[in-house]
Parts: sequence; structure tokens; C-alpha cells
Amino acid sequence: MVTAYATQLATVPVLRAQEEEEVPVFPVVGELIIGTLAFAVLCFILLKFVFPKMEQMYQQRVAAIEGGLAKAEAAQNEANALLEQYRMQLAEARTEASQIRDEAREEGNRILEEMRTSAREESERIVARGAEQLAVERQQLVTELRGDVGRLAVELASKVVGESLADEARRAGTVDRFLAELDGLDTAGASR
Amino acid sequence: MTARPALESTTLASEFPPGLKDFNFKVLWEFQLLGINFEITKLTVLLWVSVLALVVFFSLAVRNQKMVPGRLQFAGESAYGFVRDGMAKPMMGEEGVRFAPYLTTLFCFIIVSNWWAIIPVVQIPTTAKISLPVVLALISYVLFNWVGIRKHGVKKYFGGIFWPAGAPWWILWLLTPIEIISTLIARPVTLAVRLFANMFAGHMLLLVFTFGGVALLNSDNFVNKTFSIFSFGMAIVMTIFEFMVQIIQAYVFTILTASYLQGALAEEH
Repeated sequence: MVTAYATQLATVPVLRAQEEEEVPVFPVVGELIIGTLAFAVLCFILLKFVFPKMEQMYQQRVAAIEGGLAKAEAAQNEANALLEQYRMQLAEARTEASQIRDEAREEGNRILEEMRTSAREESERIVARGAEQLAVERQQLVTELRGDVGRLAVELASKVVGESLADEARRAGTVDRFLAELDGLDTAGASR
Repeated sequence: MTARPALESTTLASEFPPGLKDFNFKVLWEFQLLGINFEITKLTVLLWVSVLALVVFFSLAVRNQKMVPGRLQFAGESAYGFVRDGMAKPMMGEEGVRFAPYLTTLFCFIIVSNWWAIIPVVQIPTTAKISLPVVLALISYVLFNWVGIRKHGVKKYFGGIFWPAGAPWWILWLLTPIEIISTLIARPVTLAVRLFANMFAGHMLLLVFTFGGVALLNSDNFVNKTFSIFSFGMAIVMTIFEFMVQIIQAYVFTILTASYLQGALAEEH
């Protein structure tokens, strides 16, 4: 065991000596240059052609999402504003409608009142005119009747008496006295 | 490793225990340029395959972009979104978004580099040799200092490091060296070493259990052969464990870079 280890120890420096030229702990100039070159090529291609495109895509996506959100928010705001507007308009319309109803009721009442008044006036007027007309007609009738009655009475009396009442003055007096009596009868009848 | 054929069984025993030799790969092609020796190995090939894979993946992910993403686009954007909204923004706020592309590249590159450790047949992370972590750490180091200088100017930026805001003058003799060491020296070193050491150790761990299993299986002792099952089982468990470590290390490297950037950008650092 010990001897085996010793031989191994003895062979190690020999091995080292053979392969001394490269130990991975120390950088080799040629490897450094090739490594730099390879990484530079990779960086050049990726940084110039790949990642700008990806970043652009990212920005576009962010813009699209944020734009969509902003748009949705704007639409929401607009919808809210519209709703508010409609509510206000509805309330206004309601107030206006009730106002109009009130006014209409008032107006109706007023018109009814007016019509009632004018109808009353009209009827009163009609009644008054009727009465007036009646009075006029009555007067006319009275006048006519007075003449007729007088004449008829005279004629009747003439026939009954058989003589013509030539004396105008007496005749007029008789007739008038008769008519006055008639009037008295008439008014007594009316007042009864 | 497991892929090695059985006819090399004579050498398998000698491969256990695994050592630094397992990190030296056969040089496929070697050339000199401006006096610098370049060796193309399995790791070099894997490095470029990582780059190619990421380029292909992300190119396909953004090829046909849609507002509602397809599967591939979603995968790519998830990676970007994970770093952007999970690291860059929480660390640096809105200012972090402009660093998100670099941090995503860094994160994905480290993850893929680390993943090679458990991808069958490949089974060696390119970050298990320190060169690649050093490159990435140096870039992070230069980046956060450069960002700080650009934002505050040389005087104010280094002033903020040398004379931390709110510290009384009589403590500066102690605080200033600590700050200089931690910000200007320790940060890049720890970044590189942390990633490298984790991947190195992880690879070593998998080698120990896999090679150990093979060695036990090839031994003449029946008990040893039986115990090789345990060794292989541990190799599988450790592979799952390493998968987590690989992601965590990529995450740590990236979030620390973001943190350093945040420190450089902050009004008082």
C-alpha cells in the first residue's frame, strides 16, 4: 500500500513534466485572443441584429397592452360620462314633464274657469236679451191690442147700441177708461 | 470518458485518477501569427459551435416576429426577458434596460459554454480552462469601469472608489486600499476564477466518478465490479447537480456584472 503510493508519487512529477506546457489555471494568449474574437462575433451579431428587434417587440407589446388599457379606460370614462349625462337628462325631463303637467292642469283649470265664466255671462246676456225682447214684444202687442180692442169694442158697441158713436172725444175717453180697467185687471192677474 | 472504446482498457486504468492531462486536448491545427501560438483544439471548435448555435437560435427567434409569439420566438424572448426583467432592471432600474442585450448575450454564452460539460459525447465545458472566463471577466471589468467613467468622469469615478462617500477621513488609510483591491483587482479575478473553478471542479468530479466506474468495472475483483454501479450512479447524480451548477454560475456571473454596472452608475459608489 505504502509502496504503491510512493511509486505513484514518484510518477506524478514525471507526468507533470511531460504535460507541463498547459495547465488550465493559467490563461494562454492564443486562447484569450480566440475567445475574445468568438465572443466579439457573438456580441456583434446578437447586439446588432437580435436584441434591438426583441426590445422593439417588447416596447410594441407594452404599448399595445398599455394602449389597450388606456383605450378601455377612455371608453369606460366616456360611458360613465354618457350615463351621467343621460341620468341628468332623464331627471331634467322628469322635472320638466311634471312641470308641464302642473302647468297643463293649471291651464285646464283656468280654461274651465274662463269657459264657465263666459258661459255664465253668455247665458245671462241671452236671458237679458230675451227678457228685453219679450218686453218689447209685449209692449208692441199691448199697443196693437190696445188699438184692436178699442176698435173692436167700438164696433161691438156700435153694433150693440146701433148707433155710431160720432163723438170722438167721448169715444176716446170711454176706450181709455176701459183699457185702464183692463190694465188694472191684467196687473192684478200678473201679481196674483 | 464513457465514449472511450474498451480496447483501450489497458490505458483506462492509468487514466484513473483523472488529472490535468484530461484538460489538454489533441491539437487539431496549430499556427503562428505575429509571434503568438494558436492551437485549435476540441475546445476551440466547441467555442465556435457555441457562438454559431446562439446566433442561429436567436436569429430564428427574431426572424418572423409576431405580437403573439410562436414557440421559438417565445423561447428567445424568454431568455431576453429573464435577463432584462430578472437581472438588469432589478439591479439598475430603467437604466438597466440598455445593458440587457449585453447581459443576455453574456448569460446565454456562459450557459451554453458550461452545458458542454454534460452534453453527451462532448462532455467538456469550454469554461473549464481559465482563458474564456478571463476574457468574459475582463470585458465585464472594462465595461463597468468605462460606464462609470463615462457617467461621472475619470476624477469623480475614481474619487468615489478611493474616497468612499460618507467615510470619515481617519479611516481612509484602511478603507482606500480595501476599496481599490476589491473594486479594481478582486472583481475581475473573482469573476474569472469563480466560473473557471466551478466548471473545472465539476468536470473533474464527473471524470472521477466515470473513470472510477470504468476502473472498478475493469478490475478483476468482483466486489470492485459491483461497486462500479455506485460510481456510475454518482456520475449520473453529479451530472444533474452539475446542470444546476452550470446555470447558477452563468446567473452569478451575469448578476455580478449587472451589480458592478449598477455600482458604477450609482451616484455614490
